[in-house]
Amino acid sequence: MANRLEDVGAEAVAAKGWFKANKWLILRRVSQLSILGLFIISPFLVDVLDELWIAKGTLSSSVILGVVPLTDPYVLIQGMVSGDVKPEIVGLVGALIVIAFYLLVGGRVYCSWVCPVNMITDAAAWLRRKLGLKDKSHISRSTRYWMLGLTLILPLVAGGIVWELVNPVSLLYRGILFGMGTAWMALVGIFLFDLLISNDGWCGRVCPVGAFYSLLAVKSPLRVVAGKREDCDDCMDCYMVCPEVQVIKPALKGAEHGLGPVILSSECTNCGRCIDVCAKDVFRFGSRFTNNQVEAIGVVSRQEDSAKA
Amino acid sequence: MFDSGNGKGQGKSELSRRRFLSGVLKTACGVGLMGVGVGLYSEKASSLPALAIRPPGALPEDEFLNACIRCGLCVKDCPFDMLLLGQMGNGVAAGTPFFTARDAPCEMCEDIPCIKACPTNALDHSLTNIEDARMGLAVLVDQKTCVAFLGLRCEICYNACPVQGKALTLNYEHNARSGKHALFIPVVHEDYCTGCGICEKVCILEEAAIKVLPNHLAKGKLAGHYRIGWEEKAKAGKSLVTPDIEHKYNLPEGARYDHQGKGMIIESEGIGVDRPVDQMNMLRQQMEKK
Repeated sequence: MANRLEDVGAEAVAAKGWFKANKWLILRRVSQLSILGLFIISPFLVDVLDELWIAKGTLSSSVILGVVPLTDPYVLIQGMVSGDVKPEIVGLVGALIVIAFYLLVGGRVYCSWVCPVNMITDAAAWLRRKLGLKDKSHISRSTRYWMLGLTLILPLVAGGIVWELVNPVSLLYRGILFGMGTAWMALVGIFLFDLLISNDGWCGRVCPVGAFYSLLAVKSPLRVVAGKREDCDDCMDCYMVCPEVQVIKPALKGAEHGLGPVILSSECTNCGRCIDVCAKDVFRFGSRFTNNQVEAIGVVSRQEDSAKA
Repeated sequence: MFDSGNGKGQGKSELSRRRFLSGVLKTACGVGLMGVGVGLYSEKASSLPALAIRPPGALPEDEFLNACIRCGLCVKDCPFDMLLLGQMGNGVAAGTPFFTARDAPCEMCEDIPCIKACPTNALDHSLTNIEDARMGLAVLVDQKTCVAFLGLRCEICYNACPVQGKALTLNYEHNARSGKHALFIPVVHEDYCTGCGICEKVCILEEAAIKVLPNHLAKGKLAGHYRIGWEEKAKAGKSLVTPDIEHKYNLPEGARYDHQGKGMIIESEGIGVDRPVDQMNMLRQQMEKK
């Protein structure tokens, strides 16, 4: 029996307690805020730490602890499209470190664990559920890949890394670290867009940054697994909180089609909210390599079933 | 249903294909519209204000906008905290570094930490001597208010210039108003000016009479086909056009022209007096005799 939209997670809180029912959400907020916080407090700690910067720069490019370079490969590629960017060794190494990290943990971990805009769109989604607003816009989830293509063509047509002029992720980060200007209007715009126009509109349908990072997640080992999918009681809570709702069904309900319980879609942000809100603890973090084993077991058990019959 | 296909399944697949195609078309149009919007905005947002100067080693503006990944590391590594990042609303492309000389000029660090911090070539890493930087060019934009032109000894721009005696020199000129004093006129030499903006910062006027402008505003540009004759001659070792002829004045017979400023000299009498210039010279000679 499906729960009501505004009661999402209530069952989990009742079953597991408030903290366990919000564990991954809290961890994500801690992650997002402490990454931002490190950039904010570093300049104030420079004197105490003997000229050491804990984190310097922004998400576009930064230096951690004065040595580790990190560079956003997506911004770098936009610049390279024009042919004018020749990254210095640090820039290149920084991009490779970032790529390697997200290949491992899933590209869209960036979206749910790092990107500050996620907090804005999550807030909009929460309010949307509370108000029971329905999505009538039907913006395709593939729009973001078109946007990704657009942002890679624009440097050639309009000149310059055009997307970075309006990229809300950068606007928010730079806004907090260097001064906001009128960028807050764009962020309010995204909140209202997600609240009033399109459900999960920005992060789930439009944002090309997420599209880029989802391409890095195609083969990433760290995945959410619907390990105890046979316990699912169809309360629909996971569907209602998931920002990429299309990724759940194949894993959760795919048993009869011989599909394994691992959420394989690269669009899954590994946010873990489905793990939180499930009163039956169907989901857990696991590896994509468990999929085949379970699939094999599934096949075997089906064969056994047919043998019995 | 919507086509001439007779099978029910075929009609259904036609319908879903239509829905798919119209969906794709809708998305493509929406994204295209977004692209036009962002492109138009970028036109506006990428026109650098005249008083915003890029840090040392910055590539030419259009290349810079491609190469700068807007990380702000140069800003953080500037020991004088004079670099700013563009943001929505202040007219400089969001996230790109700049400074305004009148507020805080470049202090021309010898180790150029802003360039070292840049993870791309947006700030050219081959620039290692800060005196080779060409961030902009100082221009004495107003001779009417610059107090040197009023006859006062100011010279503060000259004294503050970090490439002193090369990028900014003083020319001594006659003060025609008083008739007996000198004017000490500051003159910028673009072969040495780094565009750091210190002269603009220290100018004592309410609004600086000397300003650092981006190179594209400060400088003229010769047409591509122009050749400087004497440079080409030096390169080739000889004149490239007709052989040099010795210069000659076309003067009346018996007259010559003195190069040292005495002007026309008439050496003999008996030339015609029907031309005005000859009449003038005759008159002058007669006056001198008296």
